[in-house]
Amino acid sequence: MIAKFKGTYGSGIEPLTYAGQNYMVVDRSMIPEILQILRNEEQFDYCVDITAVHYPKREKQFDVVWVLYSYSRNERIRVKTQILDGESIPSSVPIWVAANWLEREVFDMFGIRFDGHPDMKRILLPEGWKGYPLRKDYGILQQDNEWVQINLGIESGQ
Amino acid sequence: MTDSNTLSHLDLETPEKPFLDANELVINMGPQHPATHGVLRVILRLDGEKVLGLECVIGYLHRGVEKIGEHRTYTMFNPYVDRMDYVAAVSNGLGYCETVEKLLHVEAPPRAQYVRVILTELNRLASHQLWLGTHALDIGAITPLFYTFRDREEILKIYEKYCGARLTTHAFRIGGLQYETYNGFEREVKNFLSFFRPKIDEYEELLTTNRIWVERTKNVGIISAKDCIALGVTGPVLRASGVKWDLRKAQPYANYKNFDFDIPTCQNGDTYDRYLVRMAEMRQSVRIIEQAVEGLPEGPVMAKVPKVMKPPAGEIYHSIEAPKGELGYFIVSDGSTQPYRVRVRPPSFVNLQALDLMCRGQLVADVIAVIGTLDIVLGEVDR
Repeated sequence: MIAKFKGTYGSGIEPLTYAGQNYMVVDRSMIPEILQILRNEEQFDYCVDITAVHYPKREKQFDVVWVLYSYSRNERIRVKTQILDGESIPSSVPIWVAANWLEREVFDMFGIRFDGHPDMKRILLPEGWKGYPLRKDYGILQQDNEWVQINLGIESGQ
Repeated sequence: MTDSNTLSHLDLETPEKPFLDANELVINMGPQHPATHGVLRVILRLDGEKVLGLECVIGYLHRGVEKIGEHRTYTMFNPYVDRMDYVAAVSNGLGYCETVEKLLHVEAPPRAQYVRVILTELNRLASHQLWLGTHALDIGAITPLFYTFRDREEILKIYEKYCGARLTTHAFRIGGLQYETYNGFEREVKNFLSFFRPKIDEYEELLTTNRIWVERTKNVGIISAKDCIALGVTGPVLRASGVKWDLRKAQPYANYKNFDFDIPTCQNGDTYDRYLVRMAEMRQSVRIIEQAVEGLPEGPVMAKVPKVMKPPAGEIYHSIEAPKGELGYFIVSDGSTQPYRVRVRPPSFVNLQALDLMCRGQLVADVIAVIGTLDIVLGEVDR
């Protein structure tokens, strides 16, 4: 299957395997198309997870990762793409409804926006919180002191 | 005491507008609500008593588990995973340990794998018992709570004897088990099984044909197989909608492929079917534990694992069938002693997304039933 993709799309896709698990690194511009094909033609009908990884030293700072599963093929695949800080990415909610909360969590934790998401707002942290905690430059003891003081009426949560 | 002034507000005057109007009503439920199983806040949009839609507000229990993981070594992070789904701590530990083992390219020895299966399936029983007790209590049946908690105690006693903890057990280590089983472990597990098997019938006697129970659960919170797949819903909820899918069979981990068991399914996808599926699952778990205790091999319980763990750079997604559904771990290693990124894919978080769809058109009282039947644990939703 991946070989077929490689034949059609050429250099934009790099199929890889680690410890027996297949994943492919896809160019950002091809993401919506590839995800759509995986869903419709290759029967990856279950979007297991969407997440991101932050690499502050790279030019393209973020990896966005989709974990997909196909019930009919009993097969799992990961799709990975790299994006710049501040760059947005097309939402996959039209492809899998399950992506809704998963994308909101990525936005909440990394500040990556998904274009066309029906309700792009924070999910775990309160509205109005400043900062994205899972970025590497966000300290483990760091918090939004202003928010804490206004909303909780205490000096600091630490 | 009958002061006319203080009672004046009770005077029945002609209302300014009709008592029953067609306006939508928005009400708030939770986060401090006994039936939301923790701190779930639900904003309901109602037409009379009918639910038009709802929105979940979560995050009250967010502790930043994934961030903590990046600042702890692989071994140090192990106890933290117990605190996510705290009623199924052993399952969380199994998923985490297996993922790190995959990164390290080691495998737990056979005896460790058998003990893991026994403890994890006991945990599934404990989790389902807690679900049954609280779910029935929410709907108004108080008795099952006492029955299930009485029997769950026996499982917790086995845990306590094995590793010293009852709830957040930290039973497994990366590479196998810290402790050999205690003297009489097999006998006690067997005793528990023969004690527990008739108890499942007892629970079913209380509920399965109970008219109030059936009225409150049949055709409540229906979700189709197609919607389950689109929403990423897994676990008993998916199986009650007719999809015969269980990670223990589909992509066997630990040593589940050595055991003979069935995947119970139902067709209607309503609250009653989800109840039936979980009851049948308990019987299957008993079957698995029975086989595992019978076949428990001798041998070491710990593989050769370095004291300082530095998995080679790479990334792994591994998932297990937790009592609530697919529990996945995505760990990125950069070759150091700490994970570069730990992502937990919690079943409760994804399953909770279906609440809106399942409650539409139902009554307010049914929302309680649907929250119960989804079997969410907020510690896992919020992490």
